Amino acid sequence: MKITQISVFLENRSGRMRQVCSVLGQNNINIRALTVAETESFGVLRIVVDKPAVAIDVLKKNGFTANITDVVVVEMQDKPGGLADILGILDENKINVEYMYAFLEKSADKAMVVFRFEHPEKAVKVLTDNNVTIAKDITV
Amino acid sequence: MIWKEDVECLPICELKQLQGDRLAKLVKYVYSNCKVYKDRFDQLGIIPESIKQIDDIGRLPFTTKLDMRDHYPYGLFSAPRNALNEIHVSSGTTGNPTLVGYTKEDLALWSDVMARTICCAGGHPDDIIQIAYGYGLFTGGLGFHYGALEMGLTIIPTSSGQTRRQIKIMQDFQPRILCCTPSYALHMAEEIAALGLDPRKSSWEIGIFGAEPWSEPMRQEIESKLGIIATDVYGLSEIIGPGVAQECQYKDGLHIYSDVFYPEIIDPDTGKPVEEGQDGELVITTLTKKGIPLIRYRTRDIVSINHEKCRCGRTSPRISKIKGRTDDMIIIRGINVFPSQIEHVLLGIDGVEPHYQIVIDRGASHLDQIDILVEMSPEIFSDEIKQLESLQKKIKQEIMAVLSVSANVKLVEPNTIARSEGKAKRVIDKREI
Repeated sequence: MKITQISVFLENRSGRMRQVCSVLGQNNINIRALTVAETESFGVLRIVVDKPAVAIDVLKKNGFTANITDVVVVEMQDKPGGLADILGILDENKINVEYMYAFLEKSADKAMVVFRFEHPEKAVKVLTDNNVTIAKDITV
Repeated sequence: MIWKEDVECLPICELKQLQGDRLAKLVKYVYSNCKVYKDRFDQLGIIPESIKQIDDIGRLPFTTKLDMRDHYPYGLFSAPRNALNEIHVSSGTTGNPTLVGYTKEDLALWSDVMARTICCAGGHPDDIIQIAYGYGLFTGGLGFHYGALEMGLTIIPTSSGQTRRQIKIMQDFQPRILCCTPSYALHMAEEIAALGLDPRKSSWEIGIFGAEPWSEPMRQEIESKLGIIATDVYGLSEIIGPGVAQECQYKDGLHIYSDVFYPEIIDPDTGKPVEEGQDGELVITTLTKKGIPLIRYRTRDIVSINHEKCRCGRTSPRISKIKGRTDDMIIIRGINVFPSQIEHVLLGIDGVEPHYQIVIDRGASHLDQIDILVEMSPEIFSDEIKQLESLQKKIKQEIMAVLSVSANVKLVEPNTIARSEGKAKRVIDKREI
């Protein structure tokens, strides 16, 4: 139920993001979702890719500091209020979201939201109990 | 005005006689009162009675900062703890800090040499003095305080920082003398201008600036911006604090009070004296101190010396401005910092690798800014920004706790700090001083 996210440390220097993407592209790895969190002097790139094991390997070989984290990807209808409903469930069950980001699924009318929880197992249980669909993989 | 004309202008031959008498007395004093010196003299076969004149000094061993650390706290003292009236402690490198202590006589000596210093800079007993050096364990503030007290000046002990308040006090009380680090003087000039005032109309006429190295161009900048006579003061806590040497109105070298602090300039590698006028390491013997007198203390400061009598009338020799260091010590906002201290802090934090770089610069504020670049490692990396930010904060706090220096900590990517022949260049000093 959990999906592997890759995080990469980036200094605020021009061209760094491009270098990460080039390394992934050259190794035929497709980025499905992406977000960047930034501070004054550095940023953390978080991505969900189709081949996480290969991706972490090539990034490390290319000198990047990268690690993997389990995230939960939730499927929802791409319509107003869709995300609010999910967050309502989490809120009522006192589940804290560390951070989240969304992407659209091209083949269906669905939006996918990536959640980073402090306790992913508990979050998955609460969400499935409430009939929320959790994506098993995102390579579709 | 010359505070102690009888010694400051003593004919050279009489000065040498006085120094010799004092050295002979000092050697006997430390031999009978300090076990570390006694053992060392015994090992070297030095009989205290054989040291009779100042030229015999070359036979005595050097004392280093390491000796002070090794015998921390009181091992190098010649006076018992209960004879000490005041102690000052500086931050340690990887182990013990440096402790200095003053007996009542030492405090009288400090007051005397600081009065000489303020006079040498052009001060007068009727003056108002603003002391913007830090008070506390740092010797700067209290040293100037004692000297001004001795001379009978009106003292405004503002201590360091709170620039707007410093300026308000200057406007309200019109002090003629300002004491602070040279970079802080420039910072004040900027702040005065920022308030829409003319820094040249400040009440300060004389500046006594020290605790960090500075250059002639910096002097010219301070003098033109503040409309002030900017003089250089030299000192180090191991010897007394401020009050070892001071420039007179001619600003042609700093008069070192050689009747009490005997200077030698040596080749730091061989330990042998260099020719007059050549650069070398300044070595000082405290001829009259009682608490922690030091024999041939290696200051690690590189200077040259001039023994000619000065136009001002003083016969005390003049040392040049500090031209460098024989070790890797850096001075940040007047505080002595060794890169190894920063390394020690970093290595004390789990997962942090010893790949770091210290970048020192002076921004628009004219104050030293220190950036510590720390390479990211897999152990400390997290996908959560708050974790990384708390790591930065932790390093900053630890450095503050150990060094009393506020540093910006920047996390950088691995292998971005240049490693030359396997050893990284630790310190990049961009300051133009």
